[in-house]
Amino acid sequence: MERAVVCAGFGGQGVLLAGKILARAGMEIGLEVTWLPSYGPEMRGGTANCTVVLSDEPIGSPIVESPDVVMAMNGPSLDRFGPRVVGGGAVIVNRSLIDRGVGRADVREISVPANELARELGEPRVANMIALGAVVGALGIVPLDAVKEAMVAEVGAKARPGLVAVNREALDRGYALAEPMGA
Amino acid sequence: MADRQLMTGNEAMAEGAIRAGCRAYFGYPITPQNEILEYMAVHLPKVGGAFLQAESEVAAINMCYGAAAAGVRTMTSSSSPGVSLKMEGISYLAGADLPCVILNVARGGPGLGNIAPAQGDYFQATKGGGHGDYRLIVLAPSTAQEAAELAGLAFDLSDQYRVPALILADGMLGQMMEPVALPAQRDPASLPPKPWALTGAKGREPNYIASFALDPTVLRDLNLRRQARYREIEAREVRWEETATEDAEVLLVAYGTMGRIAKTVVRRGRDEGVKVGLLRPITLWPFPYAPLRALAERVRAVLTVELSAGQMWEDVRLAVEGRCPTPFYGEMGGVVPTPSEILREVKRHA
Repeated sequence: MERAVVCAGFGGQGVLLAGKILARAGMEIGLEVTWLPSYGPEMRGGTANCTVVLSDEPIGSPIVESPDVVMAMNGPSLDRFGPRVVGGGAVIVNRSLIDRGVGRADVREISVPANELARELGEPRVANMIALGAVVGALGIVPLDAVKEAMVAEVGAKARPGLVAVNREALDRGYALAEPMGA
Repeated sequence: MADRQLMTGNEAMAEGAIRAGCRAYFGYPITPQNEILEYMAVHLPKVGGAFLQAESEVAAINMCYGAAAAGVRTMTSSSSPGVSLKMEGISYLAGADLPCVILNVARGGPGLGNIAPAQGDYFQATKGGGHGDYRLIVLAPSTAQEAAELAGLAFDLSDQYRVPALILADGMLGQMMEPVALPAQRDPASLPPKPWALTGAKGREPNYIASFALDPTVLRDLNLRRQARYREIEAREVRWEETATEDAEVLLVAYGTMGRIAKTVVRRGRDEGVKVGLLRPITLWPFPYAPLRALAERVRAVLTVELSAGQMWEDVRLAVEGRCPTPFYGEMGGVVPTPSEILREVKRHA
């Protein structure tokens, strides 16, 4: 079993953190994982992405040509990675910022108004956690609880009171939009 | 399962060095290895070590010279252009028979190049980027786990043979995160003594450390003794990993990041019935000539895959010596080939 996820968006949307939380959760449930970021000028406002590979065997290439799940937080990310999703895979489309779909009959499209839902929760910055919740649902191999624990480990130490709770809620909201298909 | 931490390759090398007893680090920032400085700045003082951001790469490597002469396990790190700047100092370290560890988290070149992963520094690392007849022990990790382990091995080998050791990584390994089960913490006081070090000559004959000998016969003899140590390293310290070589018809040779991508190529190739195997050099110097030569006797082709125009390829051809065809496939400038692209190349020679 080997699955790959690409999280992509604008710099600042928290896509690298979303991927890191997923990778940590995978590690904590005993999987092998790699987290490969795009590094460089992306960190200063351009587009950013990371690739997370989860496997029950040692991982060779951390570069993935055809990911199983893509989390597209903005239009350019959907354009770039949508066509690359493996047939039968899933694309999480951030409907708050993208007014089109992936346009493929062979992949599952999960429409997530991530920014609106985040605003409803009173914390616009958790849009990435809403999308990550949907990724976890679509992926179906990492329990949501493990992802929540990994989230706490990643953001907990520096988070102000209440932020962890709203991040948990954000993961739940996103997860609910992507009914697990199973491994 | 051992306790694992999610770390970048950069952090793994830095922590591996600290755990191996590194207590003096000198560096100057450059992408994609800045996390090493950051990590050392935070963690080295906690174990009583010295972290210093030098005014330049040249200053940093010469600070290493001083710390190494004083007998301390010392390290510097940089990325390609910065490592070029260190070459004079590295030659002096080699000429003074001083142990030191240098990390090169290589990037696209030549010149300022870019910050993407590349393997264009193989010649510089293994063939003497600085002046004079010297060698570096060159280790090439392909995972964050191996990066942490090889950081420790680099210090051990460097101390044992009094030869500087270089870890040749690249931007991808430096930046990516993986679970790492860290090696045990070692107390510097428990390491083998260095009676040659400059520790104050009270009550003993003074030690002398220099890379300088005006008398040609003296300098020749120093060189001969050094070369004898190099032969010993070649005889004892070659390290490599083989994957699916038993019945391989096409043998891939790849190191570092390309070495791990090649493992995916082997797995996919085998799934499709292609008899492909992999030899992954872990020591680039000493290079695994003998095991590669033995495999070359029984494969159809040895395909070298590198993020360069073909640098390790020269060592591969020296090893194979015409026993079979030795095609090459590479990318440059920070472009990393995908497993499918490499597999397509493998099939051309199957």
